[in-house]
Amino acid sequence: MTDVSAQTPTVPPRSNYWGSAKAKRRIKRRYAADRRLQIYGISAIGLAVMLLGVLFATLLFSGYVAFYTTKVDLSVYLDPKLIDKAKPEKANYRKITRDAFFALFPEVTDRKERRQLSKILSSGATYVVRDFVVEHPDDIGSLVSIQLPVSDPFDQLNKGVIPREIDALSSGRIALFNVLKQRGVLHVENDKAYVKTDVYVNPLDVPEGNLEQADYDRMVNEAFRSFFMTARNPAYEEILSEDAAAAVKARVLADPSLVGKTIEVKLPLSEHYDSLARTGRATIVNPRFGSHKDFEWFDDLKKRGLISTPFSWELFVNADSRFPELAGLAGALSGSFLALLVCFLLSFPVGIATALYLEEFAPKNKWTDLIEVNINNLAAVPSVVFGLLGLAVFLNAFGLPRSAPLVGGMVLSLMTLPTIIVATRAALKAVPPSIREAAYGVGASKHQVMMHHVLPLAMPGILTGTIIGLAQALGETAPLLLIGMNAFIPSIENMGLLEPAMALPTQIFSWSDSPERGFVSRTSAAILILLAFLVTMNAIAVYLRQKIERKW
Amino acid sequence: MNDQTRPFEMAIGNSALAGMDSGNHPIKVTSRKVSVFYGNKQALFDINLDIPDHAVMSLIGPSGCGKSTFLRCLNRMNDTIPGCRVTGQILVDGEDIHRPDLDVVELRGRVGMVFQKPNPFPKSIFDNIAYGPRIHGLAASKTDLEEIVITSLEKAGLLQEVKERINEPGTGLSGGQQQRLCIARAIAVNPELILMDEPCSALDPIATAKVEELIDELKSNYCIVIVTHSMQQAARVSQRTAFFHLGELVEEGPTAEIFTNPKEKRTQDYITGRFG
Repeated sequence: MTDVSAQTPTVPPRSNYWGSAKAKRRIKRRYAADRRLQIYGISAIGLAVMLLGVLFATLLFSGYVAFYTTKVDLSVYLDPKLIDKAKPEKANYRKITRDAFFALFPEVTDRKERRQLSKILSSGATYVVRDFVVEHPDDIGSLVSIQLPVSDPFDQLNKGVIPREIDALSSGRIALFNVLKQRGVLHVENDKAYVKTDVYVNPLDVPEGNLEQADYDRMVNEAFRSFFMTARNPAYEEILSEDAAAAVKARVLADPSLVGKTIEVKLPLSEHYDSLARTGRATIVNPRFGSHKDFEWFDDLKKRGLISTPFSWELFVNADSRFPELAGLAGALSGSFLALLVCFLLSFPVGIATALYLEEFAPKNKWTDLIEVNINNLAAVPSVVFGLLGLAVFLNAFGLPRSAPLVGGMVLSLMTLPTIIVATRAALKAVPPSIREAAYGVGASKHQVMMHHVLPLAMPGILTGTIIGLAQALGETAPLLLIGMNAFIPSIENMGLLEPAMALPTQIFSWSDSPERGFVSRTSAAILILLAFLVTMNAIAVYLRQKIERKW
Repeated sequence: MNDQTRPFEMAIGNSALAGMDSGNHPIKVTSRKVSVFYGNKQALFDINLDIPDHAVMSLIGPSGCGKSTFLRCLNRMNDTIPGCRVTGQILVDGEDIHRPDLDVVELRGRVGMVFQKPNPFPKSIFDNIAYGPRIHGLAASKTDLEEIVITSLEKAGLLQEVKERINEPGTGLSGGQQQRLCIARAIAVNPELILMDEPCSALDPIATAKVEELIDELKSNYCIVIVTHSMQQAARVSQRTAFFHLGELVEEGPTAEIFTNPKEKRTQDYITGRFG
């Protein structure tokens, strides 16, 4: 029916068309577009890989120090007079440990100094000695060498995380001080710095001509203020030494006729500014330490070869502690394990049953559609909402205990369920219909088809989804915080489904909130361990997925 | 327009038609006014067809004509398709298979099925065949079960090829072997009727020949209904042939008659290659 002659003019002759400049431009543009698309993709991947690298590098850099710990090799005499062999756990280990440590520094006898010295050892060192004796009761009466952890500041000092001295003055104060420098009023004489300035001895500040009682502070401040554009500021008032007013007072007392006149005075600077003016630096001992003596003692220990840095098993076998050098993840790991166990036991059967019914049995109507949509939406609900639900329903309505792994697992299973259901349905769908037909064909009932054929074949896919769901649950923090699964658990002896517990992510959260310097690296280390678990779980999931692919 | 009718003998060869028996056997399956609906769409229109026992009945016709749908009515496989509805009456040995008290699982035991694509379970050869007898409780003991498996493999002509690796996965066999495994699996539950839905369409000619040979042997014990696209195959294996077109049964009769002397113009056009 086509009229060939009518159509011909609209199509350009082939030879002209494909070779024309226009066509070539079009091809060039197409290639350029292809290349651009590739470049976008590569740069996106590059950016993602780079950010991931930065993340890992940061974590490793700040976290690796938590994997070893600073210890002192201490020779402890387990005095049988102090330790009862029948009840070794009852002895005064504080005294035993301290005495052994003080024996290293016989020259330190002052009580105050000894107290400062004892702070080198961790507060938990006593318990390490106690545990050692309880484990080796035969060593009572002999001299044993025990590795004891040092306290956090010395641990961090040894790892080079914190400095011995820090700047005494903030950069803002140094900038203020530089104003004086630029004015050229700073002078150094006899190892002391001065501000040379004119001070007006205001008669109004000399009440009733009483030179002794005159307000020299005010005079000095009036004069000094003129150097700065800002209003009264405590920051510049502290630049001058307290002796500055005394210097003026001395001049005026020596010559009472100066009242009402302007005199040139050399005002001394306070300690840190003095040092800044003379040496360009003002430092103080890091406030985490007592004094320079701390460093002398610690360096002495190091020189004697008593300081070692073994692998930090404490990170894995200890429970939480207020002292970072003793804090470990054992409590968090067991809490997370219990919660995940509950989560798995709840969400795996419920998820599979739901998916099986929806996929294989449910009639297709608006009710099942509604359920389906809601399950998919459930996956998008913020996890903190599940936490609130757990708080309102499991804790308040059901009266379950706070902070318990049981409740944590129940809340997490709410989050894991949609993942498992969606993955299970996908896995069931992926079982080829030919297998079902074959089973129906030999006369299997629906139940037999599901149990003997479809479910076993879908199982790797289901397990993949479950593991990914559990991995998500492992990293979930917010819902656990809401039900209080961030309890401080200093001992792992009392772990149970209904006992208060901690989870790995909430442990990270609480450590990241702690002021001690050691918790910074502990936090990074805990994140690394959490990531290691996640990577392992996902690797298992990938392995299972590949296994299902091998089947057909 | 080429009006010259190509003689069918040239297409399939004289020899194939020579040995055919016209099929005078007792009726195994009777269908009366069978219609099938997929949702609102009607796929089959009032099919009336009698299928003889101890013979092979082939269903031919162009794609989408409803021959597979009709086949799947015979063991109520259409029940598993959502939205599918069957009306009319199908009698197997005079028994209505849509009777409410009839157990569909038992029916499928009596009516075995072999599918277009070989679909062994991803299990061992032994388990593939043993599955049916196991779920139907046909074997009283392990030795019984082994005997059933061996007999079925033998009947399917597969025993010699697989007896060394009976515990290896059935999916590891070649396509033709897999299809014969599926036939063995179907006969292991001792059915009366075997339905075959294009059993050779995924096989090469040599495997096809073996399966056809097997069908020919099985017909003495079973009633076989086979859907095929290949008219040569229909001519080779079947005693009676039914031609479906657009959901209707156009013509049914002894295979030799259908291919040499069709009564309907549509049948003639189809078997001579005018359409389809």
